Amino acid sequence: MLSIKNLHVSVGDKPILKGINLEIKAGEIHAIMGPNGSGKSTLSHILSGKAGYTVTEGSVTYQGKDLLEMAPEIRAREGVFLAFQYPVEIPGVSNIYLLKAALNSIRKHHGQSEVDAMDFLTLVKGKVRLLEMDEKFLYRAVNEGFSGGEKKRNEILQMAILEPKLCILDETDSGLDIDALKIVSEGVNSLRSSERSFVMVTHYQRLLDYIKPDFVHVLAKGQIVKSGGAELALELEEKGYSWLEDNQAAA
Amino acid sequence: MAAIIASRYAVEYPNITKELCGQTVSWLQQQRTEAVAKFAEQGFPTLHDEDWRYTNVSAIEKKLFTSALKIPTSQIDRNWLKSYQLKDAWSVVLIDGHFSSELSELGGLPEKVFVKSMANALETHPELLENYVNKAVNDNEHGFIAFNTAWFTDGLFVHVGAKQCLAKPIQVLHIVTQQDVLIATRTVIVLEQMAEAKIIETFVGMDGAYLSSTVSEVFVGQNADLTLYKTQFESEKAYHFSGSYVKQEQDARFTHHNYAFGGLLARSDIHTDLGQASECELNGLYLGIKRQHIDSHTRINHLKPHGISRELYKGVLDDRAKGVFQARVIVAEDAQKTDSQMNNRNLLLSSDAEADSKPQLEIYADDVKCGHGVTVGQLDDKSIFYLQSRCVDEETARNILTFAFANEMVDKIKIKELHDIVLEQVLSRFPQEGVNKEWL
Ligand SMILES: Nc1ncnc2c1ncn2[C@@H]1O[C@H](COP(=O)(O)OP(=O)(O)O)[C@@H](O)[C@H]1O
Ligand SMILES: [Mg+2]
Repeated sequence: MLSIKNLHVSVGDKPILKGINLEIKAGEIHAIMGPNGSGKSTLSHILSGKAGYTVTEGSVTYQGKDLLEMAPEIRAREGVFLAFQYPVEIPGVSNIYLLKAALNSIRKHHGQSEVDAMDFLTLVKGKVRLLEMDEKFLYRAVNEGFSGGEKKRNEILQMAILEPKLCILDETDSGLDIDALKIVSEGVNSLRSSERSFVMVTHYQRLLDYIKPDFVHVLAKGQIVKSGGAELALELEEKGYSWLEDNQAAA
Repeated sequence: MAAIIASRYAVEYPNITKELCGQTVSWLQQQRTEAVAKFAEQGFPTLHDEDWRYTNVSAIEKKLFTSALKIPTSQIDRNWLKSYQLKDAWSVVLIDGHFSSELSELGGLPEKVFVKSMANALETHPELLENYVNKAVNDNEHGFIAFNTAWFTDGLFVHVGAKQCLAKPIQVLHIVTQQDVLIATRTVIVLEQMAEAKIIETFVGMDGAYLSSTVSEVFVGQNADLTLYKTQFESEKAYHFSGSYVKQEQDARFTHHNYAFGGLLARSDIHTDLGQASECELNGLYLGIKRQHIDSHTRINHLKPHGISRELYKGVLDDRAKGVFQARVIVAEDAQKTDSQMNNRNLLLSSDAEADSKPQLEIYADDVKCGHGVTVGQLDDKSIFYLQSRCVDEETARNILTFAFANEMVDKIKIKELHDIVLEQVLSRFPQEGVNKEWL
């Protein structure tokens, strides 16, 4: 589904990602862990098309196409979804408006007609219930005045409705209390399928107790310094990141 | 007399005096004589006047518009009018500054409420009007006031008796059909104690240049509640000057919504004097495109204790448009416990657009809560990217965000018909590709 080869990314003159290699197949869950500042959000942003970064080397292929060539909205319509670490507040645009605009853009992109108003409401309300949210949230402005936890839940709500193929979750667990974490994890787990892949960015092991990854990669100073199975996350929990960063410095 | 005459309009004035309303009303005749003398001396305001330093009105003197002394004989397109006239409202239609009984709709007004054209009211209630004309504002304020006092041809008089609560809004439509004319009208609105009303002042013009000016004097009695809407959709070459000057008695509430979308050069003044524990809310939205210059000038005068004022003006400026926001809050020494908040937010859509914002607080009392804030900025890149990551293309994202910025102010309109008219006007002024109003 996604193939990242020798990816180098800079902001201005400053190199941030320094040769990332990553292969993600359909149905897999990959966790990307690493200390603050290691480049996790930069990787998420590069995949979703945020401006302000320069790819100096390497390639990213998504479903056989050059992902880096696509505008952000085309990536989104093709099934790439980023759940933001810091979701943006959009006063004046209701949640339901955005959901409808997004869903119809995807349908149009695939040559389908606009979603029927009743079907849409049924779909949305079902997902609202799944995430144990209040329906009133649908009519509030996107993320405006939401608590940290509510914003994260709202991201997962959008994901559940848009049914992307590649879901990138950037620190979705931060700011969530344990109950909210369970609900969000259940939401994510309900979306797991053999067609859908997940990239879970986090620097805690916590989330991975609820959503079990197939692979864990450790990002440090812009490089993947170690990859392994779910057990690697536990090891990191115990030992922290410093032993890996030290390894890298020695290498 | 060798006095210097500051305005060519003053030279023309003797030719029209006989045609103006209120010929038999002596107090008015005297006011007009004084006003024209004052105006002849001062003329229109200049950039040297502090309150006019951002707005150059010299073009009006150069153009020399001529007074529209009669209602035009040509038929007005009723369908066109319908797109501005509310169905579920009492309405007063002024065509080129003259009342049209044919187009107005005043059936079924309650007994203690009258809504009349100013010309008619001067005939039927001259003594009553004497209490109000030039009492909420006076000719010293600036040249347009003296000009208006001398030149007004007609207007509106609304008097709502004590405890009367109007079931429908009243709309006054200022329609301009001719080019190169000057229109001056005077409005007096009185709400006696505990009365409640919603009044809409709509300004529309057909194509072409003209000068449209109105002075509204507004008296909100004790514990009365007035909501005044101003929807200004003048033609794109028009010069528009209007002011509402308000006096609020104790516990009176005054809410003003100012939608300033039209005119080449448009200025509105909203001044209010608050009595004890009275409240005012001033909302505004100005939209400028092309070379429009839109100026909003507000003054909130807290004269007595426990007053509350809230002000929020937003501006969206594209192309080479310029928005001016000059707002003063004055808290008198006696006005302890005043609670005042003023905000102005501007969205610039082009690098040639400009917003001049000048909030001023003058506080003479010591126990008050007053704040103000101003922002001038562009659309936020983070918000655009967020929408793009949700499948919305960049152009649509910009349109949605622009619209959303303005829509906060449109959403404040609680009269459905009016809301929809204003919404259409907003949408017609900016690219709306991808903005789906059915979903709003
Ligand atoms: N726009 C930017 N300008 C300058 N430096 C940046 C920018 N974005 C990220 N960085 C830097 O890149 C590094 C990686 O940041 P980020 O990807 O946010 O890390 P993480 O998400 O792992 O905490 C940090 O040192 C950060 O300061
Ligand atoms: Mg991060």
